[in-house]
Amino acid sequence: MQSTESSFENLRNDFPILKRTVRDNKRLVYLDNASTTQKPNQVIDAITDYYQNHNANIHRAVYALAEESTEAYEAARDKIANFVNVKNRQELIFVRGTTEAINLVAYAWGRPHINEGDIIVTTEYEHHSNIVPWQLLTQEKRAKLEYIGMNDDGELNLDDLDKYLATGKVKLVTFSLMSNVLGTITDAEKIIAKCKAAGVLTLIDGAQAVPHMKVDLDTLGCDFFAFSGHKMLAPTGIGILWVRKSVLQTMSPFHGGGDMIREVHKYETTWNDLPYKFEAGTPNIADVIGFGAAIDYLTKIGMDNVRQHEIELTTYAMEKFAKIPGLQIYGTKDITKRGGVISFNFADVHPHDVADIIDKEGISLRSGHHCAQVLMERLNVAATSRASFYIYNTKKDVDALIDSLNIVAKVFKL
Amino acid sequence: MSSGTDIYHEMIVDYSRNPINYGEIEDHDVTFHDSNPLCGDSIDIDMKIDDHKVTDIKFHGKGCAICMACTSVLTEITKGKSLDDVKKIEKNDILSELGLEHLQAVRIKCALLSLKVLKSALYTYLGSHLENTEGIDKLKTEAENLY
Repeated sequence: MQSTESSFENLRNDFPILKRTVRDNKRLVYLDNASTTQKPNQVIDAITDYYQNHNANIHRAVYALAEESTEAYEAARDKIANFVNVKNRQELIFVRGTTEAINLVAYAWGRPHINEGDIIVTTEYEHHSNIVPWQLLTQEKRAKLEYIGMNDDGELNLDDLDKYLATGKVKLVTFSLMSNVLGTITDAEKIIAKCKAAGVLTLIDGAQAVPHMKVDLDTLGCDFFAFSGHKMLAPTGIGILWVRKSVLQTMSPFHGGGDMIREVHKYETTWNDLPYKFEAGTPNIADVIGFGAAIDYLTKIGMDNVRQHEIELTTYAMEKFAKIPGLQIYGTKDITKRGGVISFNFADVHPHDVADIIDKEGISLRSGHHCAQVLMERLNVAATSRASFYIYNTKKDVDALIDSLNIVAKVFKL
Repeated sequence: MSSGTDIYHEMIVDYSRNPINYGEIEDHDVTFHDSNPLCGDSIDIDMKIDDHKVTDIKFHGKGCAICMACTSVLTEITKGKSLDDVKKIEKNDILSELGLEHLQAVRIKCALLSLKVLKSALYTYLGSHLENTEGIDKLKTEAENLY
């Protein structure tokens, strides 16, 4: 597919929800993609087809439906492995989403490996899902949680990382590849290189990055990587945890139950092969298949084209925002260092009021702390408004947002 | 149903810009803080209480226009009232004052955070000023029936 405005405009036809109107017969302008994305017919149809034609449990029975179901489920794993360039499919574990993935690591890797006095390092711009599991773990183990700070442009101060690594006590450095509030793209290569030199493992929260740019896990070189399907056209409730095999082999099981075992006796059990050791119980089969369809859809567009489209839209939006008096954008202005996420505050108007007023114009914009209260504290704000783009957004959507902000200005006499 | 920009009428916008009774009371008899995890609205209320009457009340914190306007109105309603009358203040006393009776569900929490903080402050005060333990059960029942 060629990256042109008209070809992205045409994609909108694949998304039935974009045809509906909201509030007072207003065109739906959906700008909360960092939270979750809309689903194309291709994904919705794949799920429907599974339930209408193939539904059966996987990895167990020998009959035709079970075989089809298992094949479709495992084919989705291969598609995803290919999409993020994972060579060994045994390293890809299906989970509910990024939050579950990180909790799995905190439990199944963290509990056997973290001891009193150890340090886990995270950053000031993490989502709560990459903070709270580590608070729980470090509190339980009497270990310490430390933060890499950031500068006023929303970029990490890697001197902080050097300082912590120098203690020799760091066991894990965990960070998001793209901030869900600022859109900052983290310099992962630099962090991983420093950690590797110090013999420290790295975990990357890829929830915001994988949907919006090409990610190659084979060259990235981290040890854990998590992302969610629903932020990239797939259904809710399905996500991925990737763990380097040498690390995965040192991990205890997470959930015990069916499918994760090899043999169960009264008082002992042996574990199934990877990745099934970490996939206890009947998984979310239909949504895994839906995730596979979403991967097909994005592969056809090409992730470089997705990124290019969002760079164009974000540049356009930032130029327009810059002309609105009193509108403050957070994070770097350097478009090569940020994704299609723009957090802002508008004069003294509370983000909740901004979102409420423009909702009446059909615009879905997020307001609040975005599950990043540590970052809100750092920015010294209670909340921000956030617009986040995806493949089906157009300049027309940005224009509608700008027009609606003029209404906010009028109401609040700015 | 309040819709469009009509909930953002003159009074709401004015109150949010120039809140009434905004500030702190250094020698307060009771203070209470609470926040709304959904949107980050955060309110502290300080009260000066003499002879079972609220002689002074101030609030501070961060919140949306709806939250700030409602808190302003609530402090105005509360000032000078006896503690028994403060117990009787209910949500419609605030909402009707600002024409917000039909506020949509998602914004109700913004409007009523201050009432929650006020009642919590009141019962904190009452609990710490009980002369004997007999009143505790009654107080607990009253407090539990609030929300």
